[in-house]
Parts: sequence; C-alpha cells; structure tokens
Amino acid sequence: MASFIVYRLGHSAGVILGVLVLVSLMIHLVPGDPAQLMVGDAPVSAAQLQAIRHSLGLDRPLPVQLGSDAVRFVRGNLGRSLRSGRPVIDYLRRALPSTISLALAAMLFGVLVGVPAGVIAAVYRGRWADALATAFAVVGISLPSFWTGILFIVLFAVELGWFPATGQGSGRALVLPALTLGWYPAGAIGRLLRSAMLEVLHKEYVGVARAKGLREGVVVMRHALRNALLPAVTLATVQFGALLSGAIITETVFAREGLGRLIVDGILQRDFPIVQGVVLVIAVIYTLVNLSTDLLCAWLDPRIHYG
Amino acid sequence: MRRTYRRASTASIAAAGFLVVIIAMAVAPDVFTRSDPNQMDPVAVLGAPSTAHPFGTDEFGRDILTRVVFGARTSLGYALLATAISVGLGTSAGVTAGFYGGRFDNALMRGVDILLAFPGILLALIVVTLLGPGLTNAMIAVRIGQAPAFSRVVRGATLGVKNSQYVEAARGVGASAARVIWRHILPNVRHVVFVLGSLGYGAAILIGASLSFLGLGAQPPAPEWGSMLETARGYLQSSWWIGVLPGAVLGATLLSINVVGDLLRDVLDPSLRLE
Repeated sequence: MASFIVYRLGHSAGVILGVLVLVSLMIHLVPGDPAQLMVGDAPVSAAQLQAIRHSLGLDRPLPVQLGSDAVRFVRGNLGRSLRSGRPVIDYLRRALPSTISLALAAMLFGVLVGVPAGVIAAVYRGRWADALATAFAVVGISLPSFWTGILFIVLFAVELGWFPATGQGSGRALVLPALTLGWYPAGAIGRLLRSAMLEVLHKEYVGVARAKGLREGVVVMRHALRNALLPAVTLATVQFGALLSGAIITETVFAREGLGRLIVDGILQRDFPIVQGVVLVIAVIYTLVNLSTDLLCAWLDPRIHYG
Repeated sequence: MRRTYRRASTASIAAAGFLVVIIAMAVAPDVFTRSDPNQMDPVAVLGAPSTAHPFGTDEFGRDILTRVVFGARTSLGYALLATAISVGLGTSAGVTAGFYGGRFDNALMRGVDILLAFPGILLALIVVTLLGPGLTNAMIAVRIGQAPAFSRVVRGATLGVKNSQYVEAARGVGASAARVIWRHILPNVRHVVFVLGSLGYGAAILIGASLSFLGLGAQPPAPEWGSMLETARGYLQSSWWIGVLPGAVLGATLLSINVVGDLLRDVLDPSLRLE
C-alpha cells in the first residue's frame, strides 16, 4: 500500500511536470514566428517584433525558457494576456468558479439520475424499465451536448418558458446547462452500475441475504449496491475532469462566462498565454482528481492489490 | 433471453439502415437533392419546414436539407481520414511498444500518460491553437487526440498475445521479428483495432463537429453539421428548425455508429471494455 502511494504520487508528479513542459513548449510548436503571428497583419518594425520576443522570453535558449516557465507556472504566474495586458491568473480566477459550479451541478445530476437508473435496470433486467434506462444511457452517451443544449433551450426556455436560455448567477440559469452537461455522466454511470449490479446480484452473499429472509429492498440496497458502487464512484470522479473540458462546449451553447469562453476567445485572438493558462488549469485539476480517485479506491477497498 | 436478443438486433438493423442512408448522402449527394447547398433565396429567409423545404431554410434562405446532405460528406469523409490515420499510428506504435518492450515502450507510455492528462476536446483545442482554425487543422487535431489512447489499448492487446505458444513456436522455428509481428501478432490484435476504429470513428465525427460548433473547424459558407448548429444559436427564439433538424441528423448518426459499434464489440470480443 505504501509503495503504491509513493509510486502513484511519483507518477502524477511526472505527468504534471510533462504537462508544464508541453504547455510551455506550445508557443514553440507554432509554425512560423510566434511574435509575427500574434501581431497578425498589423504593420510592425523588426525592433517591435524583437521587443515582443523579448517580453515573452523567446530570445533565450530553449532549456532556460522551459525551466523558468515551469518555475513561473508553479508560482501561479501565468503571464499576461497579449490583448489586454492583464494577468492571466485574474481571468482564470473570474472564470473558474462558474465552470466549477457547472461541472459540480452536472455531476450531481449524473449521480442522482445515473445511480437509480443503473440499479433499476439491473433489478428489472430484460423488462421495460431496463430498456428505458438503457436507452436513456445510450442516448446520453451518444448525443452531442451542443445539440441537446439547443433542444433544451427551444423546449424549456423558448416554448415553455420555465428556465432562462442564457445568463448566469441565479440557480435557475444553471438548470439547463447542468442537464445538458450531466446527461453524459448520468448515462455512463447508469450503464456501468447496471453491469456491476448484475454481476454482484449473482454472488453467494446476496443469496445468503435473501435466504435469511431479508426484504428484497434491503438486499439490493445494503448488500448488492454497496458492493457494486465502487467502480461507479471511480467513474464519477474521473468524469469530473472530463466535465471541465466538456463545459467548454456547454458554456458556448448557453453563452455563459467561464473557462470555455476564455479558451475559445483566446484561440480566435491568438492570445497564447490565456490558452496556456486554461489548458494548464484543466490538465492539472484532471491529473489531481485521477490521483485522489486512485488513492481513495485503494483506501476504500482493501481487496485491491497493486503489483 | 431470446427477446433481448431480438430487440437488440432490431435496434442494430435500424441503426445500420440509417448509416447506409447517411453514407449514401456522403457518396452521392446529388441523388438526394437537386439544389446547390450555397444557393441563397432572399424571398425564403428563415422559412419554416414545408413541402418545398422539408427542413426549412436558414438566415440566407438556403435549403437546410440540402446543406445537411452535403454536410454528410464533410463530416464522414474527414472523420474517416482522421480515424484511419490515428488507427494506423496507434496500432504501429502500440504493437511495436508491446512487442519489444524495454526503453522504447517505457518512453512511449510515459509520453502517452502526459497526453492523456488533457481530457476530452482539450488536446484538439491545443492543436487548433497552434495551427489556427480550419477543417483540415481540426482533423489533424482529432487524429493527434485519438492516437495516444489507441496505442495504449493496442499495446495491452499485444502484451496479451506476445507470450502465447504460437508466437513462441514461430520464434522457435526461426521467424524474424517482422514476420512474427506481421503474421502472428497483428492478426490476433485485429479485432481490438477494428473495434477501436469503429468507436473512434463516432468520436472523430463528434470532435470535428464540436470544433466547428466552436467556430474553430469548418468555416462558412461550407455546409457542415457543427457549424450549422453554431449559426442556429442566434435564431433559437424564432426559428427552432435551423438547429434542431440538422442536430437530429448528427445525433442519429452518432447514435447509430455507437449502436453498430457496440454490436461489433459484442461479436468480435466480449471481454473488451472501453472507457
């Protein structure tokens, strides 16, 4: 167990270091001269280009740049926006709460709907409830969120007027985006839990629980679900990182401020430090979430062995 | 048991049938519609669905059904190209790493670890940042985004096959490494590659359409499903059909690919599970 924790911590540290290097390298992978690309077609002198290169540190040797970038990133200094000159970290601070609350709300929906759907599908295997839950899962996994989002807007905002189509701040404005983003995890959790439950329901201890006369509800909830839940918990936590990047599209559909708007505008305006900042934040959060999931699972389930 | 089987096959037949129609649209769009996807009609701007325009018209009076038909070629064609390349790259890297092991394997898998730290569409967004918006660049993005996960799965399958007796026997009679890989390893990981390809194809269409929806893929006036939905965002209050109908075709295509892919997976390898 201790050696697993050490290995896993070392692995994540390596991945984060790699992410830092890759993000810092991004600017060098641009075909052509990054400084020229940033100014676009605007007429600038060679001296001005040189000044831009110097301000970005592009005139220093590559290893020096990578090293100083890594130190800078770790300290939370992500540079300044090329367009406004304001620190990137300020933009991230403003955008992150909105994106995190959207991802959390979507995850809440995913768990609240996915877990019952998976349990019901497994208990009523082969009946209409199973077919319904499975269809719900497959559709949620397959449909593009930018279409379901549009569908929800037309249906619940324009036609029925129950929820606002855009905007943020109020809890009501969060409902449609959370449904849109949450359908995928709901489907994925439901599908995984269904197969885990089916496996567990055939185990001897479930038979023993029935044989000693427990009510079926108690057997399913206390004996089967508790043993089937672990893979679903793992999936749910790992999904959280993916939801952060999925939020990029959902935010665009509902015109919400957040990391998504930030990165898309950054790409369109060739504002590299902004893009670097958003990419770095999502990749680091994702890696840390995966790490804590692995450690949590090893702690929760003593049967897990790591070679 | 038999009932479940029959229901599953009805769904897959419907999905396969729908895919055949979509593929036919991509191959021969002129069979399905006579009009030009970019022909504007100032009189029929934002027209609701009617017999003349079954899917309605958009903000320039262009026939939406025609644009959906022509969009099939863009989405399906580019995704096919991207998937073929990423499957090729992922398979060669994965088989080589799994077969030889050692330092090359280690280095490759650590690199894959780093690339997998960028979830979902993020890797594609990085590539588009570097190369600039556009459909070709978006497809390069899709390809680079998929190859790491492919190579990891293929490597795992190769490791499973590598120590089997027939590989040992082939080596025993003096077959070269290249011959062992080509004649004995590849045919035995083929089913994994096939399933990865079919699931990856749906994912490629989705990423391509997503990038176009964000305004980073296909650029107007090219007919493309994702960018049609982006346009639709501005007209949802008055003209629902602009977004809902093209999106329904895109959604049904993705759903069908997943259903057929699931079937392929069950047929080819019941033990394979993909996240």
